[in-house]
Amino acid sequence: MYSGLIREFEDLLGPSSVLYRPEDLLLYEYDGSIEKGRPNVVVFPTTTEHVSRIVKLSAEHHFPIVGRGAGTGLSGGALARTGGVMLVFARMNRIFELDVENQRATVQPGVVNYELTRAAEAHGLYFAPDPSSWKSCTIGGNVAENAGGPHTLAYGVTTNHVTALEVVLPDGEVLRVGSTHGDAPGYDLTGLFVGSEGTLALVTEITVKLSRKPEAVKTLLAIFESVDDAADTVVDITARAITPAACEMLDGWTLRAVEDYIHAGFPTDSAAVLLIEVEGLAETVAAQAAAITEVCHAHRAREVRLARDNAERNLLWKGRKNAFGALGRLAPSNYVLDGVIPRSKLPQALRRIRQIGDQYGFQIGNIFHAGDGNLHPIVLFDPRDKKQFERALQAAAEIIRHCVEIGGALTGEHGVGMEKSELMPLLFSDADFALMRRVHDAFNPDSSLNPGKIFPLSKGCGEIRVRHSSSSRLRVD
Amino acid sequence: MSTSSPNLASAVEALIGASRVLSDRAQRAIYAVDDMVPSVVAKPSSAEEAAEIVRFAAREKLALIPYGARTKLRVGMPPSRYDIALDMTALNQIPHYDPGDLTLSVDAGTSVAKVNAHLLEHNQFLPLLVPWYSLSTVGGAIASGIDSPLRQSYGTARDFLIGAEFIDGTGKLCKSGGRVVKNVTGYDLHKLLIGSLGTLAVITRLNFRTFPAPVSSRGFVASFASAENALALRRSIVESPLNPLTLDILSPSLAQIFAEKTPATPEVAVFRGENGAGPPDSNPSALPPIGDWFRAHEWQLCAAFAGAPEVLERYARDLTRFARESHATSTAILDDSTRPSLWGRLRETFPMLLEASSAATIFKIGVLPSQLASLLASVQKIAGQVELPHMLVVRAVGTIYFALLPASANDETTARLAQAASQIIQSTSAVGGDTTLLFAPPALKPSLCAPDGSVSPRLNTLDTGSSDLLLMRAACAPDVSAGPRLKSAFDPHNIFVPGRLI
Repeated sequence: MYSGLIREFEDLLGPSSVLYRPEDLLLYEYDGSIEKGRPNVVVFPTTTEHVSRIVKLSAEHHFPIVGRGAGTGLSGGALARTGGVMLVFARMNRIFELDVENQRATVQPGVVNYELTRAAEAHGLYFAPDPSSWKSCTIGGNVAENAGGPHTLAYGVTTNHVTALEVVLPDGEVLRVGSTHGDAPGYDLTGLFVGSEGTLALVTEITVKLSRKPEAVKTLLAIFESVDDAADTVVDITARAITPAACEMLDGWTLRAVEDYIHAGFPTDSAAVLLIEVEGLAETVAAQAAAITEVCHAHRAREVRLARDNAERNLLWKGRKNAFGALGRLAPSNYVLDGVIPRSKLPQALRRIRQIGDQYGFQIGNIFHAGDGNLHPIVLFDPRDKKQFERALQAAAEIIRHCVEIGGALTGEHGVGMEKSELMPLLFSDADFALMRRVHDAFNPDSSLNPGKIFPLSKGCGEIRVRHSSSSRLRVD
Repeated sequence: MSTSSPNLASAVEALIGASRVLSDRAQRAIYAVDDMVPSVVAKPSSAEEAAEIVRFAAREKLALIPYGARTKLRVGMPPSRYDIALDMTALNQIPHYDPGDLTLSVDAGTSVAKVNAHLLEHNQFLPLLVPWYSLSTVGGAIASGIDSPLRQSYGTARDFLIGAEFIDGTGKLCKSGGRVVKNVTGYDLHKLLIGSLGTLAVITRLNFRTFPAPVSSRGFVASFASAENALALRRSIVESPLNPLTLDILSPSLAQIFAEKTPATPEVAVFRGENGAGPPDSNPSALPPIGDWFRAHEWQLCAAFAGAPEVLERYARDLTRFARESHATSTAILDDSTRPSLWGRLRETFPMLLEASSAATIFKIGVLPSQLASLLASVQKIAGQVELPHMLVVRAVGTIYFALLPASANDETTARLAQAASQIIQSTSAVGGDTTLLFAPPALKPSLCAPDGSVSPRLNTLDTGSSDLLLMRAACAPDVSAGPRLKSAFDPHNIFVPGRLI
């Protein structure tokens, strides 16, 4: 039933830009999450006009559409949950403008996050959001998910750096929202579209702010004999109103796995480390580093190391950013969770995660953005063992529920996607869903764009429900 | 509707009790917007009571305007209908504050000054230093979308508002975001409330991240013979590693107002140790006069900065050197005790301008920094052509507040204001900027938006000759109506301030 549409796509884009053989589609049924969803056709547009045409053609045939960047997402946001047409933006990767004086860049959505920073670096500028996948993820994907990263603690997440968008609506209409200068009058549609997970529009052009590289950077590695001490240190740093540029925690189990693989210099006999970075004026950085060191020692840090040079700093960050890959060596599959909590609740949340791990029989690792309370527990499991897989999902749901119970939210940076749509009623009421649905329908009335994401598939909300949807992984039993 | 409808008043009384309803003409007149007086004023004591009234308005198709302290009512287009004033100031508690997490949840009707006095006990603050500071409510500050001098370093509300509770147009209590500093759960609907002028929802509660209050701060003032030189210093600062708290450039005439006048609104300190106005818990007093830091008839660049002693020293040294390189005619460093007198005036610029002229017309112009010099020249030339006094401030990275100040409001000055306004809009648009008319005499607003002088429904489609004038440009191409779509998603019965923005 897609053959007519495939021909039309090939006429529009050329045969090399349309995939439809099962073996070609296989790659696109996964992203970085544990979800699956296979598209029927994958297309590679290079222009906004292409995107608009593809959307119109798909609409004529009543096929759903899903946008995708590099497929590094961790919540199933870029998967074709109900099949249909997948638009991969990888070839829309031009940097249209790098405006040094005004500190702006205008890019196509397929530009890789790191490539923009590389292009801006020569001018002393960079793009601040830095997800762990920054060397492969695209800015379009960052916009869809409102991506974070370690350094968003001080500089804000993607939405704080986007000033304007060009989007294509599900009827093919091209819309420009926001303004290059960032002070557009009227409703903040840019703020609405960023983080809407591709459920309102397809983003085809993005204007972002570029940040100025700091004058001075200091990277500290604080080593602890207990996870509690490390967690208390983070609470205290926050409470004393010290805002580092980044404050990451790796627990002992995780850092041993990382060290075996990366040799970043992490002490393998410790219970936890904090990787803390301070940036800014030389005078500010010196004072902040001293204050942080003092807080670490007040909480029984065994040692606080200062990275001697850039090489050592880069190695520490390499260890942090490749940690998930390192854990991949320990088990057939790992499940990276994403929850967010008030920072003052960090020690109790980590203790609860440990309990949940014990209860379900998993060693749960923690490597996360401690400074902004954004947890990333990692559950290692073997997906071929159905029972174990089921237990892993139950443990995950329980951890997320605990985050909500102590005043947190379902996701800090990975998005709701397919992964957490059934958990949304933990936070939102019928009235909340009704309004979100009306906003959704104002732009995407037929749910042709990225169907089956964010909103619970099951009907009725309010009460926490039991196992409604077989296609959804995470639920609250 | 300009007269009270007894039936309407008693219907509202039946919902929330007579003691919470004002129907007397004089009382209602206080809630007039652009000369329109509501038929009834309701002052609910809870979000649920407010929702009751919204549901009633939705059933009866009555137009409703939510209120805080009524300080910025002149912002926006004249409403096309107006029946019920919803005074939210009885919702004024701080239900959640976790100093250790730097997060805050506050009822919409709470005054910003009260919130900051509370936060200051923990040496924190909310960088929402809006005009009419001692009066403004948190809800009004968000709904008006008015920024503050601190946007230079803390950004605008969209950078620190992390969640909201509000009543949608069907009378349902809704929420978005949460109380955590990093959150991507669901749509960021709370961002849409910023600057929405009450057109989408009645805000009942707002969640913010809070910030450590600067322990020690200083001010810096440099005077210049030309705007170009002041802009050159601005650029040197922006391109340096310095990150000042505020960065504003004042035109000579505005500097003169600052030197000669004191804002009528009482002053409260924001940070501890701001001796100019006494401690935050003391009685509000008038802002003391500023010192003789300005050279008469010159442009002034004002920056504030904070930090440890060695940081303050670095700022003072670098700023003074950059100023010299930009041909400053004088520079001054202001300490903790004197700085607030100038920054209080920077914050209160709008009230001071509106006091200076009853017909004050204030534009907000958003533009890229590279266009600032040519646009400043254009708007001043336009003011000269229509022979109206003008003042301006360039705030942070590229926002110009430009005021025309006729001595009186009459048909003749309104015509000149309208002529200037359309030229300002054109000049701004030509360099890729956006113009918003913030404050204007009621007669001027409609004449700008529709050629026939009426408040035209054509505004909705943005196809007027002045489609860049946007009080209400919902940031979209002329053939698309994303703004109205959003408006009807939130407010399907069009009861929230119809005509004000959309």
